[in-house]
Amino acid sequence: MLRRILLSPSGLIGLLLLLVIVGMALSAGYVFPKGPWALVARPYMWPGQRPGLLFGTDSLGRDILAAIFYGARVSLLVGFVATVCALAIGITVGAVAGYFGRGFDAVLMRITDAFQTIPGFLFAIVLVSILSPSVQNIVIAIAMVSWPPVARLTRAEVLRVRETEYVQSCKIIGMSTPRIILTQVLPNSLSPVIVVAAVLVATAIITEAGLSFLGLGDPNVMSWGTLINVGRPSIRSTWFIAVLPGLFVILTVLALNLLGDAINDALNPHFRKR
Amino acid sequence: MNRHVLRYLGWRLLQSLVVIAIVIVGSFMLLHLVPGDMVDILGGQRGDMDAELMAILRARYGLDQPMLVQLFHYVTGVLQGDLGYSYRNQTDVLSLILQRLPATILLVVCSVIVAVFLGTMAGVIAARHVHRPIDVIISMVVLVFYATPVFMTGLGLVIVFSVKLKLLPVGGLFTPGVDMTTLQLVANVAKHMVLPVLSLSLFYIAIYARLARASMLQVLSQDYIRTAYAKGLGTTHVIIGHALRNALLPVVTMVGLQIAELFGGAVLTETIFSLPGVGRLAYDAVFERDYPLILGVLLVCSFVIILVNLIIDFVYTLLDPRVEVSR
Repeated sequence: MLRRILLSPSGLIGLLLLLVIVGMALSAGYVFPKGPWALVARPYMWPGQRPGLLFGTDSLGRDILAAIFYGARVSLLVGFVATVCALAIGITVGAVAGYFGRGFDAVLMRITDAFQTIPGFLFAIVLVSILSPSVQNIVIAIAMVSWPPVARLTRAEVLRVRETEYVQSCKIIGMSTPRIILTQVLPNSLSPVIVVAAVLVATAIITEAGLSFLGLGDPNVMSWGTLINVGRPSIRSTWFIAVLPGLFVILTVLALNLLGDAINDALNPHFRKR
Repeated sequence: MNRHVLRYLGWRLLQSLVVIAIVIVGSFMLLHLVPGDMVDILGGQRGDMDAELMAILRARYGLDQPMLVQLFHYVTGVLQGDLGYSYRNQTDVLSLILQRLPATILLVVCSVIVAVFLGTMAGVIAARHVHRPIDVIISMVVLVFYATPVFMTGLGLVIVFSVKLKLLPVGGLFTPGVDMTTLQLVANVAKHMVLPVLSLSLFYIAIYARLARASMLQVLSQDYIRTAYAKGLGTTHVIIGHALRNALLPVVTMVGLQIAELFGGAVLTETIFSLPGVGRLAYDAVFERDYPLILGVLLVCSFVIILVNLIIDFVYTLLDPRVEVSR
């Protein structure tokens, strides 16, 4: 499986790009010990204008490269944790709806419909503004808007696995329902869910950046979206302040999408030739 | 139209009504998640209210009633088109939203049309030339579009086309303070909409291109395509009349699923290009802590989305008469 991912060009490129971003997040404290908020030079300095300030400075004279290194931490953390939460909610809802069917299914699926009907990003804005902007609340908001597709996918798979002979025989030998779901049904229904996980992380990163871009980010952490928001008023002259962190958002999302495609191809070898 | 299709559409309508009910109740619950009630917020803003006045206000707006009674009033109010009152703007929420809705609908509809048209075209071209240079180039461009968030596309387009090239306006729906004939106004609005529509649709162009390519590749290998060629039909005829018609079905499904996301993206686009739409209204409402207004926008958008999905279901039954009567 891992070999297949590494052998495909998209998987390799995606993984390498992602490793670079992870490396930036991990090394931020060593490379920029003064942190992302330190005022290091005159404001609005162009990239390369002074040696040592590769990406220039923002409107307050902060090092943009340092902000991007620290921003990688926020983006990856929010993306990863929000996805884990979304998977937990979605898998639980999908498994209960799919396995128990009938009333459970009807109620849970209509709730899922309702969540899918509300514009996700708008809902996230509302949640963050009601709960107050902090990393924790941003994670909650993103998880709340991204679990429905996971629930649908899990439900569809569970519906299929529920009818298989091995699950039926587990029922006959008297295995308890939670044990059947956890040890038999879920392990056999989660591979398509794993594929969407990479895309979920990417979407979560975009949502976080969008929220911070609108000024709804955690004021105590430096994220890529925060920096884009800082650079927006001066977009006519010093456009690089907004564009450079934006490029890192795009690169990270690109890496995750490539990795997702590679995982998908590795799990569905039939479609590999397409 | 046969009985199965009618029964299917009826079932979808029923489902939609249940979803609307859940959305309304959910919106009520969100309103009560806000720390403090409407009167607290109002009191905080005015700063000259005593406890007695606040109690009177609470009684007048029914805020001292039990939760279930309040829920009942809220639901009956929403069903009669009463979405609450925006104290910041001194008008009722519904008329504020209806005033702003046309700009958003214009933006979203144009973006869907552009995305479906350009995306499908790119996908069909890529599928026709699969694994050849043009397919590789399209796929790579699509990958980058697919990874670019709406606000970065918007900012990038502003930098290139408004600031550097000075070709298109930076924002707004039309040039204010100029007398224009109807035709000039239409042209003026169109010019202002180019960048917002492009920035909102770029991501979806990528999605539809990927989808159309995969779906075309699958359809092109079907027997009926070979039959069509064998009958002596021309390539264009086969591609458009036989293959594309079937390959479009997944695209139509996808549009329905993504209408909700497009409304979310409209918030960012309208903010960047200062368009007077509901997204911008919601954005302003967030910073003014005008919760009835924010939730009103959420509700109205949800209604529009549900309506669009019902229409799409109807269109789907026309495109594909074999539509499953699924429950």
